[in-house]
Amino acid sequence: MNALRKADLKAIIISLVVFVVLQALLSTNSLDAFWQLNIILICINIILSVSLNLINGYTGQFSLGHAGFMAIGAYTGAVLSVNFHMPFIVSLITSFVTAAIIGGLIGLPTMRLSGDYLAIATLGLGEIIRIVIMNVNYVGGAAGFMGIPRHTNFAWAFFVMLFVLFFIKNYVNSSYGRACVAIRENEIAAEAMGVNTTKYKVLAFTIGAGFAGVAGCLFAHTFYIIHPSSFTFLASFNYLIMVVMGGMGSITGSIAGAFILTTVSALLSNWPELRMSIYALILIALMFYRPQGLFGNIEITSLPVLKRFKGGKQK
Amino acid sequence: MSVLLEAKNVSKMFGGLKAVSNFNMTIDKGELVGLIGPNGAGKTTAFNLFTGVYQPTTGIISLDGQSLAGMKPSQITQRGIARTFQNIRLFSELTVLDNVKIAYHTHLNYNLIEAVLRVGRYMKQEREIEDNGRELLKIFKLEDKAGEIAKNLPYGAQRRLEIARALATRPQLLLLDEPAAGMNPQETKELMDMIRWIRKDFALSILLIEHDMSLVMGICERIYVLEYGSIIAQGIPDEIKKNPEVIRAYLGGEA
Repeated sequence: MNALRKADLKAIIISLVVFVVLQALLSTNSLDAFWQLNIILICINIILSVSLNLINGYTGQFSLGHAGFMAIGAYTGAVLSVNFHMPFIVSLITSFVTAAIIGGLIGLPTMRLSGDYLAIATLGLGEIIRIVIMNVNYVGGAAGFMGIPRHTNFAWAFFVMLFVLFFIKNYVNSSYGRACVAIRENEIAAEAMGVNTTKYKVLAFTIGAGFAGVAGCLFAHTFYIIHPSSFTFLASFNYLIMVVMGGMGSITGSIAGAFILTTVSALLSNWPELRMSIYALILIALMFYRPQGLFGNIEITSLPVLKRFKGGKQK
Repeated sequence: MSVLLEAKNVSKMFGGLKAVSNFNMTIDKGELVGLIGPNGAGKTTAFNLFTGVYQPTTGIISLDGQSLAGMKPSQITQRGIARTFQNIRLFSELTVLDNVKIAYHTHLNYNLIEAVLRVGRYMKQEREIEDNGRELLKIFKLEDKAGEIAKNLPYGAQRRLEIARALATRPQLLLLDEPAAGMNPQETKELMDMIRWIRKDFALSILLIEHDMSLVMGICERIYVLEYGSIIAQGIPDEIKKNPEVIRAYLGGEA
């Protein structure tokens, strides 16, 4: 117990140090506007990849609809901030709740499917969400929703990200997370061990969708405008790639995946035609040499080499 | 002794195929019962009916007087029936200890908030199942393998882990589906002692499917013989050994 708390404490200290350093860089304007934006984007993408990892990596349910839930959160938050002048925190929480409820409602029927069928169903549902939004004039339809206040700064993005990491890390290390992993490993055996598989699949899907909604809300308040085209299935694939690249079932992996891919895509933003090719090459190389992802299903805290840095990168 | 499990006129149809028909069975508290029969007789189907994997087409299965109709496998496990699988179904990528910890699932009652904040019942219960899990592994001589990945265990150890995992759900009735499959005579003998000992020490009833006659005849108090989905004989081992129907079913033709 004390050991656990100690590791938590170290993690908190390290993340505070990271925060102070980055915040100092930002306040002294050492980073240009482009990178200031990308740091926030990294935090948002970490939330998305970690929450998707809960569904895809830990519970083993192949979902391709993450951008749809992100869209729900983004539009919920934007409407609350612009039309109802709610404080940012209210928008964030409502985004979570709305995306989680819709995620749960979608999860109940779709979680009866498995493998390819589930992937196709969630892909379709994600697109349905986007197309519905595109046809609602109240939120701007295909032209997008404009005039969203820029509430998201680095501090908001970073601490919301920390909260999500904290939540999911403790979730997967509890009986809830063990139930998820058991479902991934062998659904029939999980059921025979008394795990209500439907319940835990839907729960993981609900929580994952909720946090995608939170990420969407942060995303909406980063830019002045949101647009349905930001939430296509290509975006869902992008988050999936982060999860696969980092390693299914590793939080550290998702952090690394989101960090690397966001950074690479930012670095290559001046050469858009090169960007996708290099992106693809990285993935092909990864699948050849490390198909289980950078971290497999291992956390950085349990790597023997880094044992003495326990609590390390697990911000 | 009182009846623990009762199956009354249970039938299971798969389309036009009658996998199990008019199946009647009772298991008393603390009893060790065997279920034998040629391949394809419907033994595993019977297990799947008891554990809720299949719902019977007709008939009633009840545990401790309560009907199990319509229950999901997880609910039946919560009521106290645990099982192992003929083709081992461990959580193969997880450690040995985690395999057992998952099985304590139904005995943990901390809520989501306690889990995420790691307060209240979380700490206490997690420590309890860690200790209980290690103790259970010790009984099955797996304590020094607690941190190993389950799929890397030798075959016999995987079978033992499956039994340990089933016991961690704290069942009243343990169903063992061919526990000795693939074991050598020495391992089978050890398994026999272990099953006897489990039954006594955990105070539970055991129903086992097995092809190894030395094991079945050696430890079972009563035996049911299944052929083509119907029970053709039941009784104590000595009766079964002499039963002409059974000999015919196993050897074919006239005995």
